[in-house]
Amino acid sequence: MADLTMTGPRGPKPKKRFSRANIFLYGTLIVVSMYYLLPLYVMVVTSLKGMPEIRMGNVFGPPLEITFEPWVKAWSEACTGVNCDGLSRGFWNSVQILIPSVVLSIAIASVNGYALSNWKFKGSEVFFTILILGAFIPYQTMIYPIVILLREIGLMGDLGGLVLVHTIFGMPILTLLFRNYFASVPEELFKAARVDGAGFWRIYFQIMLPMALPIFVVAIILQVTGIWNDFLFGVIYTKPATYPMTVQLNNIVNSVQGIKEYNVNMAATLLTGLVPLVIYFASGKLFVRGIAAGAVKG
Amino acid sequence: MSVVEQTGGQRAAKARKPMRLFRNPMAKIASIPMILTAMVVFVGGTLWTVVHSFTDSRLLPRLNWVGLDQYERLWDTPRWLISISNLALYGVCSLVLTLTIGFVLAALLDRKIRFESAFRTIFLYPFALSFVVTGIAWQWILNPDFGLQSLVQGWGWESFAFDPLNDPDTVMFGLLIAGIWQGSGLIMCIMLAGLRGIDEDIWKAARVDGIGTVKTYIRIIIPMMRPVFITALVLIASGIIKLYDLVVAQTNGGPGISSEVPAKYVIEYMFRAQNLGQGFAASTMMLVSVIIILIPWAYLEFGGKKNG
Repeated sequence: MADLTMTGPRGPKPKKRFSRANIFLYGTLIVVSMYYLLPLYVMVVTSLKGMPEIRMGNVFGPPLEITFEPWVKAWSEACTGVNCDGLSRGFWNSVQILIPSVVLSIAIASVNGYALSNWKFKGSEVFFTILILGAFIPYQTMIYPIVILLREIGLMGDLGGLVLVHTIFGMPILTLLFRNYFASVPEELFKAARVDGAGFWRIYFQIMLPMALPIFVVAIILQVTGIWNDFLFGVIYTKPATYPMTVQLNNIVNSVQGIKEYNVNMAATLLTGLVPLVIYFASGKLFVRGIAAGAVKG
Repeated sequence: MSVVEQTGGQRAAKARKPMRLFRNPMAKIASIPMILTAMVVFVGGTLWTVVHSFTDSRLLPRLNWVGLDQYERLWDTPRWLISISNLALYGVCSLVLTLTIGFVLAALLDRKIRFESAFRTIFLYPFALSFVVTGIAWQWILNPDFGLQSLVQGWGWESFAFDPLNDPDTVMFGLLIAGIWQGSGLIMCIMLAGLRGIDEDIWKAARVDGIGTVKTYIRIIIPMMRPVFITALVLIASGIIKLYDLVVAQTNGGPGISSEVPAKYVIEYMFRAQNLGQGFAASTMMLVSVIIILIPWAYLEFGGKKNG
């Protein structure tokens, strides 16, 4: 009854939009955002300037005259050692490494996860624990034995060898991802399929696989960015003709010979970062889910 | 029904017992890649390296025992000592700063602000980029002749000096700026997920008791988020030990050897200096440091669960 006689707006007093706390809050966020955005901005403007303009200083200034020549040069003319065919070679190498690595690592890890959650056998948990602990071992302790293994099977320096290495080192986190997902699938579903006489592969392909599509997307995002950004394995397990893009980028930018062309370097850097950036901006929430899955390993 | 099922299962198990190895064979065949990876590469490879760290392998690995010689030489090498102290400095700073920045940003984003997803996207995008890209971008910004320093000098402040990458004393901080730029978004994301998991009623209770916002965070929220902090800690720590690409791209260990790190030491000794034994000894030391970090964590994580 009191409500009827009350005049004026009800509910809590709305906060002032420009309260001191809000100005502080947004001010901080905007300043911090600038720190995060600065390198991207500087890379873009530098890559669009000509060399004379860069020598004038002012890295933050927008280009007075926009030129796309550095991009063309980075893609098709930049030199690494004796090869002067630009980053395009590294790009195609990376694509050739990426596609089979992503397919193979996810195929193996999803079957692993499925076997581990639905077809437990004696010792399966032990192997899984070792696999997860393996994710924490520094790569440096396993690098040389893998060199020997790859030499034995004749894949050292080959793109196939690098695909194998990515499959091996992607296995712990991906297996964990799929195992946790399949463990959350109601067991009745699996039992019903068993009663109907479906076997290991039939249940996997007809029931589990279609259900797990979202988790496959997460795994793909995780693997595409991870493998594309790899540098260490690329340096060790390939030779100059098969260098992935990151390794070639480093060789172009940090080569000591010749005049430094900063605009070409920045265009090359942006080209290398483009694939994961596109994935990131296109995938949005799924990317966050992917890295959150990667974060809770162990 | 469950009883029938159980007895049926037991009977089947009894009947098949002699053939245990061949029970659900497909699952085992499908797990062969996993078993090989775990046993051959992870266990076998690691043991192989540890064993060979006690030999005098140079260009090729061989089993000629020299005891702890490689380790003695390792701890006598200035380059290794610099690598270790660099990593310690970088590690402590990166741990403290990443956790602080990650938490503060997450707390700011959790204040029911507008454009939250835009800010989150901005803070996280560097994480999608490789360390090589990160290192090269920051190398350019910190370039003394054309970058930040020359810009400020151009504004009229002639004596302004900010050239961390060419000064042996500050080069690790130059790397730190880039490393934090790349990795803090991830920690922010984890912290934000942790903050979102905290019951709204706790905030209400704190407000009723008249506890200020900052005080609530420090006294109530942070202690509640202990598991999240531990996850973040393990994540940052395992990333720090792996620090390699960023150094190669941004400074290549320079000026001189003043920004060398252990991971780089290992690679250089294995593949450039052709001194495999040294590389194995150094990588074994890396493994030992990981184990030292991991054991208390595993104890907290898994030992605690059993008690609680």
